Amino acid sequence: MSDGSYIQRPNRPLQVYAALFLIVLYVPILFLPLFSFNASIYVRFPLEGFTTEWYRQLFQRDALWAAFRNSLSVALTVSLITTALGVLAARAVTRYRLPGQSAIVTFIMLPLVVPGIILGVALLVLISRLGVPLSLYTVTLGHLIVCLPFSVATLLPRFEGFDRSMEEASADLGEPPWSTFWRVTFPIVFPGVVASFLLTFTVSFDEFIMAFFLSGTDPTLPMYIWSQLRFPREFPSVLALSSMILLVSFLMVFLALWIGRLGAVDTRSEGRVE
Amino acid sequence: MTAISAMISVRNVGKSFGTFRAVEDLSLDIAPGEFFTLLGASGCGKTTLLRMIAGFEGTSAGEIYIDGQPMSAVPPYLRPVNMVFQNYAIFPHLNVRDNIAYGLRRLGLPRAKQDAMVDEMLDLVAMPGYGNRRANQLSGGQRQRVALARALILKPKVLLLDEPLGALDKRLREQMQLELRRLQRSVGITFVFVTHDQEEALTLSDRIAVMAGGKILQLDSPARLYEAPRSRKVASFIGNMNFFDARVVARDRGRVQLDVEGLGTCDLAEASTTAPVGAGVCIAIRPEKLVAHVSEDAAPVAALQGRIEATTYLGERSHLHVRVAGRSAPLAVSSQNTALQQDAAAGDGRPVWLSWDNESLIVLDQD
Repeated sequence: MSDGSYIQRPNRPLQVYAALFLIVLYVPILFLPLFSFNASIYVRFPLEGFTTEWYRQLFQRDALWAAFRNSLSVALTVSLITTALGVLAARAVTRYRLPGQSAIVTFIMLPLVVPGIILGVALLVLISRLGVPLSLYTVTLGHLIVCLPFSVATLLPRFEGFDRSMEEASADLGEPPWSTFWRVTFPIVFPGVVASFLLTFTVSFDEFIMAFFLSGTDPTLPMYIWSQLRFPREFPSVLALSSMILLVSFLMVFLALWIGRLGAVDTRSEGRVE
Repeated sequence: MTAISAMISVRNVGKSFGTFRAVEDLSLDIAPGEFFTLLGASGCGKTTLLRMIAGFEGTSAGEIYIDGQPMSAVPPYLRPVNMVFQNYAIFPHLNVRDNIAYGLRRLGLPRAKQDAMVDEMLDLVAMPGYGNRRANQLSGGQRQRVALARALILKPKVLLLDEPLGALDKRLREQMQLELRRLQRSVGITFVFVTHDQEEALTLSDRIAVMAGGKILQLDSPARLYEAPRSRKVASFIGNMNFFDARVVARDRGRVQLDVEGLGTCDLAEASTTAPVGAGVCIAIRPEKLVAHVSEDAAPVAALQGRIEATTYLGERSHLHVRVAGRSAPLAVSSQNTALQQDAAAGDGRPVWLSWDNESLIVLDQD
């Protein structure tokens, strides 16, 4: 205990607290995969045996796959658009001295803290007043608003760490602005772009409240899951589906964070001078 | 008046950032093949001037000509100049080879030709075998060489260098200074070098422009700047200097008599000042031009007596602070350590006799 520097000295109570914290956070979620393999339609202990029946059933439901495709196309569209907008916003905010710059960033980030139900109701009122029929397009619109802050929050640090003299060096070596962007700026911020894409995709794919207010006759996957909750017989399949979504979401978020960090390490050591 | 032969001609150029005037009505000519240095403290406008030559900053007034062509409408990527940035700006996502070859892509050369040019550059900067390294695997000195190679491969008419040695440690800096000078002679390209380090400027340059407040104080060769500064600002910026208030007493048969505070009456060549009799001037002398004698017997008759107040031991020489009568500030004297120095501080408080050659006195305007 006495070796190691002051800052690195282990602290037993804090370690216990951290472990407890993680358990409370994740154990409820772990019940989903656990019961999805349980050979009973009731969620209760004791477990009655192992089965993959619920997963097998999933693949026989056309409505589910239609909902999956709906969510997939919405999430792809949303992640592409928000990441593109995020790149433009992050570059503008970090590059130019804009009037009211911090206000602009605050407004972009605001949907993160505005309750989803309020945004949803507001958009629903607006869209129905305009006479636009509810559809996957309106869901996409709602998701754009929800996802843009995630994109900007991922991309801003990348662009802030971007050394402006890189672009000047490229111009100095004869490259006009457009090819400078593709040969220098984009490759350097690329890890941030990938991270933003993965993160916004996950957020949109799992999003429920906006979809609840703004979807028409085509449900997204979370909407479909919600609609199935009314039928007890369907519940184990919902658990199986949720487990799969959970797994894929985790993987994507980890991937996004890992890629983001990968690039960050690169630029930090790049400023090193011996 | 644009000199036809000038590689770079800066004509009445000004640059304002809001109300701050970074460069004011500045004109200068840089000859082809010259190693030209812009020297000044930070904020003097030297980097702004360099960035205007490169095209990264527009000019608020005046015009810059490169090889006779006006540049104000030419964007940076079309100018026949290349730059070595202060932080080198090595592209982190490319290896050394691709960094050096970056500017070649525009030229549409065959692959084999490009490779040969990159190899030639790696040899020139003494880094063969480093082609596949990434930027973060290079030391400061190596980055600097890559930045040089990347700029020189395009055979620019002018190479701009923005404090390229500032981030290096002392030894490496001295080594790179020699290499830069050698490189500049071998490629014959005009170098425009920006630095705040006066020693570096003196070592490297053919000519130096000393800048302050967006203006050129003096443009001269290193030796002239050191030996014959034209103003007190320049004199104090380049090296150390002792200043004295003085008054012109008489002019007689090609000589001028000055009454110098602390030194007494000095007799100088007529040409050393144009100030009329009775006018106040400023006299300056370099610390190494004052000779310190430890005993009165060894000193010339006219030597000035003083007392050593403090000694700074610098190895090959010592820096003495000598208090003399009739002067409030101590004199700085640089003394070569020709004899064995057992204890450099032992001389503190001891009397000392100073002598100098009147020809070493520089007469400046009193400002």
